[in-house]
Formats: sequence, C-alpha cells, structure tokens
Amino acid sequence: MKMDVNSNKYTFIFSAIMVVVVAFVLALASESLKPFQESNVKREKMQNILAACGIDVERDEAESVYDKFIGASNEIMLDTKGQPITNPEKRPFEIDVLYEYKSGGQRNFPVFRCQMEDGETLYVLPMVGKGLWGPIWGYAAVGADFNTLKGATFDHKGETPGLGAEINKDDFEKQFIGKKIFNDDMEFASVKVIKGGADPSDTHGVDAISGGTITSNGVTEMLQRTFRAYEPFLKSKMNS
Amino acid sequence: MAEETLIEVVEKEPKEPLFSKKNKRLLSDPLNDDNPITVQVLGICSALAITVQLEQAVVMSVSVLAVMVLSSLSISLLRNYVPQRVRIIVQLVVVASMVVLVDQVLKAFVYDVSKKLSVFVGLIITNCIIMGRLEAFALGNKPWPSVLDAVGNAAGYGLILIVVAFFRELLGSGKIYGYELFENLGIYELGYENNGLMILSPMALITVGVYIWIQRSRNPKLIEE
Repeated sequence: MKMDVNSNKYTFIFSAIMVVVVAFVLALASESLKPFQESNVKREKMQNILAACGIDVERDEAESVYDKFIGASNEIMLDTKGQPITNPEKRPFEIDVLYEYKSGGQRNFPVFRCQMEDGETLYVLPMVGKGLWGPIWGYAAVGADFNTLKGATFDHKGETPGLGAEINKDDFEKQFIGKKIFNDDMEFASVKVIKGGADPSDTHGVDAISGGTITSNGVTEMLQRTFRAYEPFLKSKMNS
Repeated sequence: MAEETLIEVVEKEPKEPLFSKKNKRLLSDPLNDDNPITVQVLGICSALAITVQLEQAVVMSVSVLAVMVLSSLSISLLRNYVPQRVRIIVQLVVVASMVVLVDQVLKAFVYDVSKKLSVFVGLIITNCIIMGRLEAFALGNKPWPSVLDAVGNAAGYGLILIVVAFFRELLGSGKIYGYELFENLGIYELGYENNGLMILSPMALITVGVYIWIQRSRNPKLIEE
C-alpha cells in the first residue's frame, strides 16, 4: 500500500509521532546519564577547592584526596554575621552560593577548611560572578592570617577562548598568591584585576587579560563582592 | 511530484560497490573542489569563533563529524516518510536532538572535552553545513552515500578549521596545540612579539580569505570567468 506522505493527516501523525519519539529518547538519555554527569560535577568542585589550596589531583582521585585534606567535618556554614552555624540543615558543600547572594535576608555562606600537610590551615571561599557570555566562578584560599591569599582558581561556562577563557589558566591564577584582602590599616581593599598591568609591588592588583576586559571586570566584581560577604567572618577570626 | 520521481530513479540504479568512483568523489570533493567553507561559503561563523586554538578546532571538527553522520543517516533512512511541507522542521529536530545527545554523552563520559566545547555545542545546531547537506543530499539519497557525503563535508569543514586554527594559534599565541613552540625556540628573546590581532575574529576571516585565494589560484576548476 502506498501512503500519501504529503496529505494533511499523514503530516500531523508524522509530526506527533516524531515529537513523542524524540522527547522519549532525549528524556531517557538525560535520565540515564545524570548520575555520571552529577558525579563529574561534584568531583570537579572538589578538584577546584583543592586546587585553590595548591593541591593538584586527577578527577578520579578527587574524592579521596578531598576527604583527606578537608572532609565533611571541615565544611563550615556561616550565618550573616560570619559566625559558624552548628548542625546546618544542608551540607555546606551542597550550598548554591549564587542562590544565597540572590536570596537576600538570611544568607548562609560555606567555608572549606583545608589542613595542609605542612600544618598550615587554609580557608577556601567559594566565589560566583558573571563574565561576558555567562557565569564565572572560582575559589580563593585565605591563609591563617585571614588576609593573605594563598591561591585562587577560576573557571567559566563559556568565555571567549584565548581571551576571557584564560582566567582558568595557571598564568592568571598564580598572580593571586600573596595578594591581600585588607590594606595595612586593616581596611577592606579587595584584589582588583587591572587593565594594562598591575605594579608588581601592588598587593591588591593583578594583571588583566588583554582582549578580555569584560571578563576581567567580572572577576574584579566577583572578588570584591565575595570578600565583602566574608568580611565579618575574616575580621572576627582575625581578632580572636 | 517531480521530486518523488527523482528519488525513484536514484533507487532503481544497479547495486554499486561500497567505494565506487562516485562514492569516493563524495568523500574527496568537499576537501577541495566543493569545500563547504571556502567554496560553498557555509559554516563561516563557527569557523571564526573557534579557531583561536588548535585543540578547540579539533574537538569541534570531531563533534560536527559525529552530528553530521548521525543526522545524515537518520534523515536518509526517513527520506521516504518525511512529508514535504515539514521537512525542514524534521531536519532541525533531528539535528538538534543529535546535538543534545552528543552533548549529554560528552558531559557524562568525557567531561573535559565537553567543557572545552561549552557554547560551541549550540553552534553545531546552527551550522549551515549540516542542514545544507541534509536538504541537498541526505533527503534524496540512500543511507551509505549520505554517510559518505556527511563524512566528506565534515572533513572539509574540519580541514579549514584546523588550518586556520594552526596559523592563528601559532602567530597569535606562539603555540601549537598548547605547546609553547616560540618560547622553547627562544624566539621571544630575539625581540619577537605575538600578534594580538590574530586572536581576534577579523583575522580569522582574513586567514580564510588567504586560503580561498591560494586554493583558487591553484585549482583551475574554481576560476570564474
């Protein structure tokens, strides 16, 4: 039997079946691949937190190394005044920091305490912001003086390759080591990404990426907002 | 009805070997005489966007190859059942679902590659080469020639991407596939500086233009009266 493939009836039936089949296939693929994807994202987050402390691990080992240096017991949840909350409702690792910034009012920010092998304790602060094309994020590790940065990592969803995307490269990230959040008078100064290059003696500035101005500005804004949000925590720790 | 008779003629041809002369041409033509970028001038936008570094160009070429082969095969298998009036929508749905599938698989199993591709996965859907070949070829031909045509065109696209990315990465960043060639050769100490302009998209257009120029001057078939 030869069907008239151009009749209205056939066109409607064909379209309906096609949509249902495609929806089914995509839903199936998405659901069955989700566990793999989520574990990749989780391990990558652990990898990034560790990288901010200067510990480089392969993604496959991220979980065990994370448990060794940080672990669930060293994830601290802070209230709006920068004081640790005992027995938080949610594991601090799972907090969506972007949501906390947007929510206003009662914000809870996580801090990850990393016990280094040389006995030093680093505090890793998660950062979120926006670049030119989409979200950017990162982690900053603060030393035991609660002022000096011991390392930072950045990443992005889709910044321009070769330009803004360079923020996740070592050359850019290494510049943050030794930079300070507060100035000599202990006033809030943050760290800025400076177009045209920062003075090497400037403890609050790093070189921007040429051609990546908007991404660089996004990084500056992200650092400033993050350090502001954690200022009560850093100050109270510094004074105690 | 003209198109229906055309399809029937194609199907009544005697069985030909898998790599007949005609089929080989399907593979080789897009590399030079009928290159999708330099001759058909399709897919220019993504060629400009992702040729800053060689690695991305390679990953993009492989992804386009996968999407093109899968969609050409599906469209070719469906070709006698697709209603004429909705054929573009059908092609779009097929391409878009293949892209989503490829993206999901990359995210689950080769996460690093998926991160490198990031926004470009979306660009694959809008790549005119894919829709163009589906409409012009896969819709009227058997699965095997369609797959060859897809491979050929994806390879022609990839070739340009890789050539352009090679020069842009070399002259713009002094690297080849991430390897710091110029630094290790000590060229910077002689006073050489990277050409920052090469990183920006206008230079991709000029590089493609130079490629077209060289190609046309060497290939007599492409010289116009």
